[in-house]
Amino acid sequence: MLITQRLSSAGIHAVLIAYSLLALFPLALIVINSFKSKKAIFRDPTGLPLGDNFSSKGYDSVLNNSDFPLYFGNSLTVTCVSLVLILLLGAMAAHALSEYRFPGDSLIGLYLILGIMVPIRLGTVALLQLIVDLGLANTLTALILVYTAQGLPIAIFIFTEFLRSVSKEIKDSARIDGLSEYRIFFEVVIPLVRPVIATVAVFSMIPIWNDLWFPLILSPGEETRTVTLGVQQFIGQYTVNWGAVLAALSVAILPVLVMYIIFSKQLIRGITAGAVKG
Amino acid sequence: MATLSLKGINKSFGSVDVIRDLSLDVNNGEFIVFVGPSGCGKSTLLRMIAGLETLTDGAISIGDKRVDHLPPANRGIAMVFQSYALYPHKDVRGNLGFALKHAGIEKQEIDKRVNNASEILGLSEMMERKPRELSGGQRQRVAIGRAIVREPDVFLFDEPLSNLDAALRVHMRIEILKLHQRLRNTMVYVTHDQIEAMTLADRIVVLRDGRVEQVGTPLELYKKPVNTFVAAFIGSPAMNFLQANVQDSSVNLEGESICTLNAKDGPVQLGVRPEHLVVSDNGPFKGSVSVFEHLGGESFVHLALADEQSLVAKLDGEYIFNPGDECSLAIKAEHCHVFDSAGRNITE
Ligand SMILES: Nc1ncnc2c1ncn2[C@@H]1O[C@H](COP(=O)(O)OP(=O)(O)OP(=O)(O)O)[C@@H](O)[C@H]1O
Ligand SMILES: [Mg+2]
Repeated sequence: MLITQRLSSAGIHAVLIAYSLLALFPLALIVINSFKSKKAIFRDPTGLPLGDNFSSKGYDSVLNNSDFPLYFGNSLTVTCVSLVLILLLGAMAAHALSEYRFPGDSLIGLYLILGIMVPIRLGTVALLQLIVDLGLANTLTALILVYTAQGLPIAIFIFTEFLRSVSKEIKDSARIDGLSEYRIFFEVVIPLVRPVIATVAVFSMIPIWNDLWFPLILSPGEETRTVTLGVQQFIGQYTVNWGAVLAALSVAILPVLVMYIIFSKQLIRGITAGAVKG
Repeated sequence: MATLSLKGINKSFGSVDVIRDLSLDVNNGEFIVFVGPSGCGKSTLLRMIAGLETLTDGAISIGDKRVDHLPPANRGIAMVFQSYALYPHKDVRGNLGFALKHAGIEKQEIDKRVNNASEILGLSEMMERKPRELSGGQRQRVAIGRAIVREPDVFLFDEPLSNLDAALRVHMRIEILKLHQRLRNTMVYVTHDQIEAMTLADRIVVLRDGRVEQVGTPLELYKKPVNTFVAAFIGSPAMNFLQANVQDSSVNLEGESICTLNAKDGPVQLGVRPEHLVVSDNGPFKGSVSVFEHLGGESFVHLALADEQSLVAKLDGEYIFNPGDECSLAIKAEHCHVFDSAGRNITE
C-alpha cells in the first residue's frame, strides 16, 4: 500500500519534472545565449556564457543604443491599464449578472461572454477603420481599448461562475449593516474572490503582453511601439542582431515573471478553489 | 425596544403568492417565533421585515414609525442568518465592528460596544481570529454579537441554530433565551423546530402556505390547537389522529365511549397526544404492539389497533413490551381533542 503510494507519487513527480525541463529549456536557452557574442551563439548554442564566450553587447545595444526603454514603458502602460479595466469592468459586470435579476439579464450575460467564441482578430479591418475614424491610430489608447474588449468575455465568464458561489446571506447582512451596493461590491465581494482576480489577471495579461498583431496594425509608430514590435527592429532583412533580440526577449520576460510570482499563491488557490472545501 | 406591527402583508413572486394577507402585532420586548413547514414563507416574511424583500402590499411599522419604504439599515433591526454570514476576511473584532464603522460611530464607542458584546457572548478570547478558525457555535455567537452591537429595536433570527449539531443546539438555545432575558428586546425568530419554538417563545405564530393558522402562547397552542395542522405541528412525538364517531353526544371508537361532545352524530377525528396515554387493563385503545422503543426513562409504544389504525404512546420506562404483545391504553376525557371533518377543533 505504502510502496505503491510512494511509487505513484514518484511517477507523478518524474512526469512533472520532465515537463518542467521541457518547458524551461527554450527559456534557459534564450537567457544563456543573450549573454554571448553572435559567433559564440552559433558556434556553441548550448554552452554557458563563460570566458571569451561572454559578451554583454546584446544588452548594451538594447538598453543604451535603442528605444527599448520606451517600448518597455509602452508595453507596461498598455498591459497594466488594460488589466485594470478588464478586472474592474469584468468583475462589476459579473456581479451585476449574478446578484441582480432584471429583464433580459440572461440575454445580456450571453451577449457579454459571446466574445469567447469569436476571435477578436477576425474584426481587425473593422477595428482599424473604427480606430482611424476615432482619430486614435498610433495611440496607446487604441491598444488599451482593443485589449480590454478582448479580455472582458473570458473575465466575465470566470467571474460570474465564482461570484454566483458567494453566499447571498453575506451580501444581505452587509445590506443590513448599511453598506451601499457599491461598497458591498468593493468591500465584501471583491475580498472574497481575490484568488479569482489573480487567476484572471495572469490569464489576461500574458496574451496582451505578448501580442504582436494589434501593435503592428493599430500603432506601429515609433513613439507607441511595444516590446514585441520593438524587438523586430533587430531582425533585419539581411542581418539579425541575435544578441540584441535575445537580450530584449530576456528583459521582456521579467514583468510577466514578477507578476506571476506576486500572484502565484493566490493563483494556485484560485485554480484549486472548489476542489477542496473551505 | 419597540413594537412591531404587520398590517395586511402580501407577497408574491411572479404569479406565486407566498404571503397572503398577514397581520400581526408584536409587543414591546416580546419573543415571537414563526414556525411552519418548509416553504411556508417564514424566511420571506422575515426578509420583508428586514427590508431585503419588497412588499407586494401592506404596511410594516416598528415603534410608531412606518418602515416598509426604508432601507434595511434605517429600520432599527438586526438579523442573524442560518449560515452565520460572517465576513470571512475580517477577524472577530472586525466582524463585530463593521456596521458601526460604516455608520460613522466614534472609535471609542465602537470599542465599548464590541467589548460589551464579546463579554456577553464569551468571545473575548478569540477577538483576533478569523471566522474559519472558529467552531460552528462560536461563529454563530459572533453572528449574534454582530446583531447586538448595533443595538437594534428588533432582532430577527432566521433558523440560527439549524446548522449546529444537536448538543450545541440545545446549548445555544439556552444562550439565546438568556440573551433575551438580559436585553429584553423585541425578537422575531424563525424555526421549523417545534422544540425551539416551545422553549423560546412568548408567543408562537404557526404559518401554513403564507397564512397564519394560529397565534398564541406555547401552552395555548398545545392545549387548544385550532385545527389538526397546529395540533400535529406542536408537540413531540406528534398527536395521534383516529377516525371516530359521534353518537348521542359521545365520541366512540370501536364502540367504546372515549369522551362526551355536544355535536351532531357523524364521523370526527379524535386527537390524542402520546404523552397523555396510560396503560390500563380496560382501556378503550386495544391493539397489538408493532414497535417498542425504550429510551431508559421513557418508552414509545406503537400500537396497531383492531380497525387498522395506528397509535403512538409515550409511557414510563417501567413498562416493557415485545412486538406482538397485546396492550390496552386509556386517556382522561379532558385530554381528548376532537376535530370535525374539515379539521377544525370542536372540543368543548
Ligand atoms: N426569490 C424568489 N423567487 C421566487 N420564489 C421564491 C423566492 N424566494 C422564495 N420563494 C418561494 O417562496 C416560498 C417561501 O419561501 P421561504 O424561503 O420563505 O420558505 P421558508 O418557510 O423559509 O422555508 P424553509 O423552512 O425551508 O426555510 C417557497 O415556495 C419558495 O419557493
Ligand atoms: Mg427559510
